[in-house]
Amino acid sequence: MALKTETMILNMGPQHPSTHGVLRLELELDGELIVNVKPHIGYLHRCFEKHAEAMSYPQVIPYTDRMDYLASMYNNFGYVIAVEKLLGIQVPERVEYIRVIMGELQRIASHLVAIGTNGLDIGAFTPFLYLFRDREKILSLFEMTCGARLLYNYMWVGGLSHDIHPDFVRLTKEFINYFRPTITELNNLLTFNKIFIERTANIGVLPLDTAINYGVTGPSLRGSGLAFDIRKEDTYSIYDRFDFEIPVGQGLVGTVGDSWDRYYVRILEMEQSLRIIEQAIDQIPDGDVKAAIPKRIKPPKGTVYTRVENPRGELGYFIISDGNLNPFRVKVRAPSFVNLEVFGELCKGHLVADVIAILGSIDIVLGEVDR
Amino acid sequence: MKNPEEIFELLKKEFPEAILGIDKEAPTEPIILIDPPQIKTISLFLRDNPELRFDSLMVLSGVDDANGTKVKDEDGTDVISGGTLSVYYHLHSVYLKHKITLKVSTPRGNPQVESVYNVWRTSDWHEREAFDMYGIIFLNHPDLRRILMPYDWNAGYPLRKDYKNPEFYQGMKVPY
Repeated sequence: MALKTETMILNMGPQHPSTHGVLRLELELDGELIVNVKPHIGYLHRCFEKHAEAMSYPQVIPYTDRMDYLASMYNNFGYVIAVEKLLGIQVPERVEYIRVIMGELQRIASHLVAIGTNGLDIGAFTPFLYLFRDREKILSLFEMTCGARLLYNYMWVGGLSHDIHPDFVRLTKEFINYFRPTITELNNLLTFNKIFIERTANIGVLPLDTAINYGVTGPSLRGSGLAFDIRKEDTYSIYDRFDFEIPVGQGLVGTVGDSWDRYYVRILEMEQSLRIIEQAIDQIPDGDVKAAIPKRIKPPKGTVYTRVENPRGELGYFIISDGNLNPFRVKVRAPSFVNLEVFGELCKGHLVADVIAILGSIDIVLGEVDR
Repeated sequence: MKNPEEIFELLKKEFPEAILGIDKEAPTEPIILIDPPQIKTISLFLRDNPELRFDSLMVLSGVDDANGTKVKDEDGTDVISGGTLSVYYHLHSVYLKHKITLKVSTPRGNPQVESVYNVWRTSDWHEREAFDMYGIIFLNHPDLRRILMPYDWNAGYPLRKDYKNPEFYQGMKVPY
């Protein structure tokens, strides 16, 4: 007679150092193998969308900062593009260039945290500290520009809150020269480290058709081998002027679409971001960054859906205007929210210890998941 | 790659009764209006037709149209009766690179929309969120629970325009 067996439920979180915030995972285990994962979210729900309905259009911008707090610049970027489209205004060239530079610096800063915490979760402490040291330099550039290190409120509808500092161009170039070699250093330290590869290669393989059906975007989708990047696909701002490549996962050490591929796509993306900044930094034209800021923001009736390539994927803003000073409805398509949906699928059949390796590789920010 | 008007004509030919019209007044993109019980059939067609191949649902958003009659209650807040709640579907095709927006409107008193869970798996959480925030029931959704609000929140649906905060939640005072 066979022994009677049953699965066990194990709670991970909400207070768990590897869940990147307050996320509760309900793991259904058969021994040490994952049968099913049920994420429970909402611990950080702050009703962003309800608040936005009570605010005027510019007042919403600081709230967007607080969604994905590791990529605040980019959240501003997506929102102001949506409102500008609704208003039908053109922003000065200088503003476009500065926005792209800030956006790409933010992408590097965000990827540094993603890579660092992914390593930290599975035991690599040193790279984490190295990467935070480098991120600090980017935050200092932001601080020099707008006074804030994390939540900037920098991009305004039609312009920017401050022009760049006279030293900004020089210091950014210095940063690029400093940062390029550290990517090689990071590759030696973590990327091609045998232990790291053993922990992430062939773990949490995401097949491409599953990724598309689940709406996965950003580095997680590109890790599965599809060169899909909104900066190229549905280009916005002035991204069509720059020459850069879209890195995709190739299964260098395991299968295409495994945790290591998602991780490595981020490393390659940082190099591409450096390329964009290098091209943009020498071309910044003169101009007044506040010239096009409207005195009164009252868009006509209508709807708009715009999407930008945030460090985590497709960040979309769906705004309905009823012709008033407040938006009638602001819906945010948060990349982390959508990417987290596929997480249960990725974990099936893996060990408990792999759960955090997979979670780190899809890189979520709970502030954005719960909004 | 097709533009929204061509997609509308194609759908109109295939489903003459379920396609209610096209709203071209929106300043950015046209919106195709659809009969709520038919949305799943139409979604399957949009996904599987080789000329359309809408394999990806970008976002599904609930909206309170607030177009019913508004009555002030004793403490001065609006109570809306009648009118509609809507769901917007923003689709795009990874391979053919076109986009389209669909909209269904359902009566506020009994909001019911067919779920597209089996068409695009990503709609799972989006539909749960629309249910959580607006109380729109997605028929045949396998796991329609609240997602962002607490599971035992029984004070209504927060993003409705006539929502009122409860005095207390589990003994804690809510307005601060």
